[in-house]
Amino acid sequence: MTTREPATESPTEPAAGAAAAPIIEAVGLGRDFVLTEGPFLRRTRRTVSAVQDVSFTVRTGEIVGYLGPNGAGKSSTMKMLTGILTPTAGSVRVAGMEPSRQRTRLAREIGVVFGQRTTLWWDLPLRDSLTLTRHLYRVPAAAHAERLAELTELLELEPFLGTPVRQLSLGQRMRGDLTAALLHAPRLLVLDEPTIGLDVVSKSTIREFLLKINRERGTTILITTHDLGDVERLCDRVMVIDKGRLAFDGGLPELRATVPTPRVLVVDLVAPAPAIEVEGATTVRVDGPRQWLELADNPARVIAEVAREHEVADLTLREPDIEGVVSALYRGTVPAGDRT
Amino acid sequence: MADGNTPPGGPARAAAAVLRPVRDYRRLAWIWVRAVAQYPVSLALMSLAVAVSVLAQVGAVVIVFGHAGTLAGFTVYEGLMVFGLAASAFGIADMFMGAVERLGRHIRSGSLDAMLVRPVSPLVQVAADEFSPRRLGKVVPALAVLGIALAGTDVEWTLGRALLLPLMMLSGVLICCAIWVATGCLQFFVADAREAANSLTYGGQALTEYPIAIYGREIVRSVTYVVPLAFVSWQPALLVLDRPDPLGMPEALRFAGPVIAVLACAGAALLWRFGLRHYRSTGS
Repeated sequence: MTTREPATESPTEPAAGAAAAPIIEAVGLGRDFVLTEGPFLRRTRRTVSAVQDVSFTVRTGEIVGYLGPNGAGKSSTMKMLTGILTPTAGSVRVAGMEPSRQRTRLAREIGVVFGQRTTLWWDLPLRDSLTLTRHLYRVPAAAHAERLAELTELLELEPFLGTPVRQLSLGQRMRGDLTAALLHAPRLLVLDEPTIGLDVVSKSTIREFLLKINRERGTTILITTHDLGDVERLCDRVMVIDKGRLAFDGGLPELRATVPTPRVLVVDLVAPAPAIEVEGATTVRVDGPRQWLELADNPARVIAEVAREHEVADLTLREPDIEGVVSALYRGTVPAGDRT
Repeated sequence: MADGNTPPGGPARAAAAVLRPVRDYRRLAWIWVRAVAQYPVSLALMSLAVAVSVLAQVGAVVIVFGHAGTLAGFTVYEGLMVFGLAASAFGIADMFMGAVERLGRHIRSGSLDAMLVRPVSPLVQVAADEFSPRRLGKVVPALAVLGIALAGTDVEWTLGRALLLPLMMLSGVLICCAIWVATGCLQFFVADAREAANSLTYGGQALTEYPIAIYGREIVRSVTYVVPLAFVSWQPALLVLDRPDPLGMPEALRFAGPVIAVLACAGAALLWRFGLRHYRSTGS
């Protein structure tokens, strides 16, 4: 933060950007669940793999998006990283520790936010919840006061610090949860769907805040989300998990390149017309005067050609959004060989 | 470790390992006490209601003994002493550890996940959750009954006996705590084991409130050697009254309370760890 004094930074913490030390190292990570089904005495046992052979490294200072459809194994992975679940295969080290064995020690190094539920105390005013958090994390009073002041300003907590958590709106509660997760200055922030159910303004507030703490404190962020706006705004890197396996790990441009989702030229003609035929593009949809052309070629040339042949009122070029790319990955339209 | 006032090594560290959960418990409990204290009338009425229920149980003991004269060789006051020992040990354990029976709720709602990512023992967090001073309504009358019973019984007070009684009471509290935790752990494996667990916790309390010699040999054996409830009230009572065991069980058993308590706590702690390692969390 701009007003931050160097003294409050942990001396062991590497400066943002300068370090590329791994903070999470997962090797062959897997988690099976044994399900028992059927009536008593005739029970059958079935093993289901929530996560299989997942390996990745996250370096200090990165913001990594962890994407996947429901039930793909996102939350199970997160729970293994935070020590809630014990892996049944492989190993993982977070901040140099083995989460399930050193969970309590690790808890002081990481901040965790579950979008679907709060870590705050339902019946306490937010301020009391945060004070209690300070005691549980053993943050010195002075450091706490300073950080709380800073976070209060950044997340605009002041109006509802005295409100019991159960009366907070979802957006307010999420900001409260983020504050609670950051008061002990964790090196790694693990966010499980932090923007779920929030309105556009709250989402944006939280995204900008996350970018800021990543930039200024060097906090590493691992985020699961279904909101691809989060991914596009925040993540330098995405990992896509599908059916328990890592389907992709790389930068956003690489993810786009993995799946050939063409750019789309939306043409508004002055009057309705039959489908435009032009070389280097296929008309995929016609709706009155509006037509959608999938581009296989240089857009400039296609645009010039369309404008020459037709009377055009307006033109829009749509970049492929990450949503289409990811859902193409989920559907398995990517040849297996292309997956990393 | 960011801003960690990590304790230094050696004995200081060992002391911190013991004191830390106690301090965390106090912090968490205090928050709930403050929250409850915002409604003092409600708190007073609830405490009173609990106290009245204890007094009703005392009345039942008095009536039973009044009719029978003596039970298993125990007079009314001696019977009340057994009751007082059982009810106070159970009440104190319930006050500090009773919330563990809501473990299943924490698992279902996901709040256990939130507890697991804090640097505080999840057992402390579960146990301190919704701590309520109203449970003193159970403990205070029970201790009063014990006091009255001790005054009314013909006890030959020696220094050893005077020192052993508090130790045995502490053991009784620890045994009850261990039973709360151990039965609570069932909920790691069976979604709604609370009722089954209550048969041992509340059922155990009802059992220990009377001189257990009235129940017959097999039950006495099982509450001595399987679930060590006999060490909560029965054996301490025999010790204080200096009376031979009516069922002819070894006399050394009456001194075994502290050992049994330590073993029970260790067993409960192991079960808790085992449960936590096999914790599966919920979906999402």
